[in-house]
Amino acid sequence: MTASVATATPTPARRRRASGLAVGLLLLIALVPVLAFLSVTLGSRDIALSEVLDAFRHFTSSSSVEDTVTVRLRVPRTVLGLLAGAALGLAGTLLQGLTRNAIADPGIMGVNAGAAFAVVGSITLLGISSLGFHVVAAFAGALAATVLVYAVGSLGRDGATPVKMALAGAAITAGLTAVTTGLLLTDLDAQQQYRFWQVGSLAGRYAPIVIGVAPFLLVGVVLALLCGRWLNALALGDDAARGLGVSLTRTRILSFLVVGLLCGAATAACGPIVFVGLVVPHVARFLCGPDYRWVLPYSMVLGALLLLGADILGRVLGGTGELQVGVVLGIIGAPFFVLLVRYARLADL
Amino acid sequence: MSVLPQTVLPQTVADLRRTRRSRRVRAGVVPVVLLVVAAVLALLTLCFGSVQLSLDQVLASLLHLRDHAAVDFIVRDLTGPQVKAAVCVGLALGAAGTIFQQLLRNPLASPDFVGISAGASVAAVAGIAVPTLAGVSLPVLAFGGGLLTAIAMYVLAWRDGITGYRFVLIGIGTAAFCTGVTGYLLTRTSLTEARAALHWLTGSIGQAGDAENNALLITLVVLAPLVPLLQRMLRAVELGDDTARGLGVRIEATRLALIATGVLLTSLATAVAGPIAFVALVAGPVADRLLGSARGGIVAAGAVGAIVCLVADYVAMNLLPVEVPTGVVTGAVGAPYLLWLIATTNRRGMGG
Repeated sequence: MTASVATATPTPARRRRASGLAVGLLLLIALVPVLAFLSVTLGSRDIALSEVLDAFRHFTSSSSVEDTVTVRLRVPRTVLGLLAGAALGLAGTLLQGLTRNAIADPGIMGVNAGAAFAVVGSITLLGISSLGFHVVAAFAGALAATVLVYAVGSLGRDGATPVKMALAGAAITAGLTAVTTGLLLTDLDAQQQYRFWQVGSLAGRYAPIVIGVAPFLLVGVVLALLCGRWLNALALGDDAARGLGVSLTRTRILSFLVVGLLCGAATAACGPIVFVGLVVPHVARFLCGPDYRWVLPYSMVLGALLLLGADILGRVLGGTGELQVGVVLGIIGAPFFVLLVRYARLADL
Repeated sequence: MSVLPQTVLPQTVADLRRTRRSRRVRAGVVPVVLLVVAAVLALLTLCFGSVQLSLDQVLASLLHLRDHAAVDFIVRDLTGPQVKAAVCVGLALGAAGTIFQQLLRNPLASPDFVGISAGASVAAVAGIAVPTLAGVSLPVLAFGGGLLTAIAMYVLAWRDGITGYRFVLIGIGTAAFCTGVTGYLLTRTSLTEARAALHWLTGSIGQAGDAENNALLITLVVLAPLVPLLQRMLRAVELGDDTARGLGVRIEATRLALIATGVLLTSLATAVAGPIAFVALVAGPVADRLLGSARGGIVAAGAVGAIVCLVADYVAMNLLPVEVPTGVVTGAVGAPYLLWLIATTNRRGMGG
């Protein structure tokens, strides 16, 4: 059906709907530079607009503190916010589509737990406390956990059913979280470091980290955007998808790898950020209906906007202390989501 | 029908009967076996605690057959309450978990994930971090927090009735909100307070007093005779709203009763032991796989929960080099078994 939808002569109604969706997407995309501008100009340190612009025009290594803050801190932070947000939004959509479960997200599907375990393990067992190494460890941990979730979920005769994948993800989250907490409780120093990593934050991520994870995020984003057709087929149920000639195993393995790539890189750079992957897919489906070829790009843009927006809010509201983006997402984002669920009709998966 | 050869029919009927009989037997036997296993584990925990006692000593002390000051102190005052709490918390979480999972038709929708434990956690962490709340006991705060969150979720999800899907989404939104607040409170606390909070958030079975333990025990005893009724309610809800309504089930009242039961059990268990993770999530699916086609048993899930809690508590207290909170171990105890069950299940339709 997915193939025929694409090739059939579009009816006027369908064409109108598609152009409406395209306009909506463009409007959302237009918001990205606006937020990026705000993100570079706003922060806990008051820097006049002229100075921000100055900093870009002639930045040298001997520039003033203001210039350094702008270029060295705020720009990477903005780029990371956009990329990680897009990645998390897409990953959430992929996971919810694959497991056909409204609650599936990197937080419960083992990805964050794998990353957290790798970070805490590297602090407590190997005694390494450099942020750069944490990023590598988190990435490896997240990828490994994703592979493990799929491997366990796909054992047994009927292969990787959505329910089995969801349960495998939850069980692996449970096991890894247990071990992570156990390690933390025995190590005061690690606890102090982990306490801030685990809330999820874009702050203090300098250019090297951003440049390090950006290629993975970009590749992941592109691959994820190509998965729409497969997810459409999967949404019809396993049998129907098979009937349409979609290979379930191949689709699931590839999608899971993309999820691992996206979440691994995002979590590695920002720590476990739960809310974006969970909520963005629902909002995207609410805006553009069930067609994953639209849901995916919408999720990408909405995720980027949400994460960067929350980060800016955290900087503005927190004063000099700054609120971590994870906290802002929960305290300000969640009530909006609850209201949306209450007053709008959200489609079931 | 007429196309089928006549001989198929008696065969099919016999098959059907056999399946039904085996399901009935399994539905009866599995919970009993699980409860017996839980009871045996409880006794073993009493025998092999920090001080080794013989089964004879333990039974004599429990049943007040003989008086022996030292043994009585260990059994009745030290390990006894702990074991009692482990069993009660496990039963409550296991039962609540399976009720929520079936009611909301989502294997991930255990009370941990739909906001009740998160609500309890916010209240308790506030009790640790906010000076004005310092006088209030943590269990009371946790119980109140869980209950309030659940009521808020129910009210928010109500729009011409409750649908499971909306309740789940509101639940995860609420959970995210509560987790955000908890995270905020944690970053604003001193390291000692954060440590205390993290300890509570991990969940530990021995941390509550007698009052909370007894409240939970009494609730379980009161609810026990109602289990068949709850089980029937779950079956009715499982049919889908329209079918259930057509059969004369008052669907909203049924759903409210089930939610209230689950919330009450979860809040009380959280008050006793903190938000012990994954017991509620794991117990239902494990019990389902043991029950085979007779899936969905509340008692079986409760018993699995009790077993997980007992084993986790024993491991946390006695087997590890340092004593750790129970919640650290529950995930490690339940998860591998669930993974193994997922990996080895090979019958069709048993995927969930």
